[in-house]
Amino acid sequence: MRPRHVGAKLLLLALCCYFLVPVWWLLVASTKNAEGLFSGSGALWFNGFHLFENLGDLFTFNNGEFVRWLGNSVLYAFAGGVGCTVISVLAGYGFAKFTFRGRNAVFALVLGSVMVPLTALVIPTFVLMSNVGLTDTIWAVILPSLLSPFAVYLMRVYAAASVPDELLDAARIDGAGELRTFVRVALPLMRPGVITVLLLSVVSTWNNFFLPLTMLSSSKLFPLPVGIGLWTQLASSNNAGGQSLWNLIIVGSLVSIVPLVVAFLTLQKYWQGGLAVGSLK
Amino acid sequence: MIDTLREAPSATTVRTRRRRATRPTGWLFILPFLIVFAAFLLAPLIYAGYLSLWTKGLATGTTFAGFDNYTRAFGDPSFRKGLWFVLKFSLVVIPLQIVVALVAALVLDEVTGRLARFSRLVIFLPYAVPVVLGALMWGFLYSASFGPVEQIATAFDVRAPFLLSQGNIFYGLLNVVTWQWSGYYMIIIYAALRSIDSSIYEAARIDGASGRQIAFRIKVPMVSSALVLILIFSLIGTLQFFTEPQILGPIANGSVTPDFTPNIYAFNLAFRYAQFNYASAISFSLGFVVFLAVAIFMVATRKRGSIFT
Repeated sequence: MRPRHVGAKLLLLALCCYFLVPVWWLLVASTKNAEGLFSGSGALWFNGFHLFENLGDLFTFNNGEFVRWLGNSVLYAFAGGVGCTVISVLAGYGFAKFTFRGRNAVFALVLGSVMVPLTALVIPTFVLMSNVGLTDTIWAVILPSLLSPFAVYLMRVYAAASVPDELLDAARIDGAGELRTFVRVALPLMRPGVITVLLLSVVSTWNNFFLPLTMLSSSKLFPLPVGIGLWTQLASSNNAGGQSLWNLIIVGSLVSIVPLVVAFLTLQKYWQGGLAVGSLK
Repeated sequence: MIDTLREAPSATTVRTRRRRATRPTGWLFILPFLIVFAAFLLAPLIYAGYLSLWTKGLATGTTFAGFDNYTRAFGDPSFRKGLWFVLKFSLVVIPLQIVVALVAALVLDEVTGRLARFSRLVIFLPYAVPVVLGALMWGFLYSASFGPVEQIATAFDVRAPFLLSQGNIFYGLLNVVTWQWSGYYMIIIYAALRSIDSSIYEAARIDGASGRQIAFRIKVPMVSSALVLILIFSLIGTLQFFTEPQILGPIANGSVTPDFTPNIYAFNLAFRYAQFNYASAISFSLGFVVFLAVAIFMVATRKRGSIFT
């Protein structure tokens, strides 16, 4: 260890503390009961261990509505994320590896649309959806999540960089159809890019708040963020019954965070490489 | 295997190239995306534009209003106040995030070992936390009844500032947003730094450049296209500010007004007051401001050459 890195390491330690504090607090607070939470003793240290009681309360509260929200979130993230990835990978490959009339004009349109603020479209999308009777259904959340112009851009760059034309030509000469060439030859080469886009789109669907908040009115269709938002409103407007609800909000937040953190940790070698391509052209 | 295939006869390559020039199969690959694009981007965009040109009165019914909704929007103190807030917020939060992300990425590019690997993941961690929950956790930390801020202040016998009060909420939100997004930007910059050929640094070192000079004269300019990309993303995101103030609203004792940001205002107009036409005009106006801000920014940084060149 060279001494000149000491300053840099101290800086890293300070950054770690800052970025970990809220998560550490959440972890500690999840193990406290309502009494411990409000007792005013150290907020950043343990006080009794009630994690399993809290989890039990969480999963049974109001006929297990949290479990339902968790299931909804998984469904939306899976359907929206996988669907968006399939669509974007196909389109990115199409833009990168085929020359056809109108390609550049269409791609310019797609790039321009990266600048359109998607939340500005939520209200008109709501009105359009309600005209065809799709609001307050799972489709109102899943279908708009399929759109990601940025993912198409990322996949175009990735396909152009990682799939050599000669290889595609060779496959075609061997008599493989376009779809077979794509699945057998191009797709394996694009794997890190595909996993990056998959993670990005799963995260954005899992985290989405504005779209489901707008589209859904029955609480049994809510994903986790909207459900927990609802609990927060209830807890802060109702002080007496609120105390026990704060416990559920805290332990529910912990449960909502775990799946994505695990996904990012296990897949880190893929997405770290995949992100490099999008930012450096 | 790739190498042997690359040595395909050049005559075949030329022939297939020509054939690819007229290959319309490409349309089939982009077709699913185009359908989604038309249904969930073009259609709502056009429809919002259309809706915003009409006005709905209780007595008069729906009548054509032309640009009345827009003159009303840009003259509306609520919209102007929200717009001013997000512009002011962007001007502070974007440089702050970029500095945190850039410094962290430069340090992580230099330092190796277990601490560096651990820090990289920890700094990135908030990206995997839903924005709603990030805002909630900080809300708890700020709060007087559960948070350590109050407890630490009491221990030192001073009054803790409530970071969600009317006067402080700007800083309270600044911290939440910086915490949430800096790590994601850090990873993008870090990935760009890793893909620079390290022989450049060797050459610079031989020429007598110090570590600091290498960082600021070589590394930063070489990742400038990543920086431009991040700036555009955070500008688009911040101008649409919605989730964090919406979530912190109930525990902020009225600091978050129904017109706090343009997006919150549009949401309340549409779903509390059922004014969909005016809400669409507000959304469209906000979209226009975002587009304009990004365009100005891109012209200003044109030489850097990013994704839109």
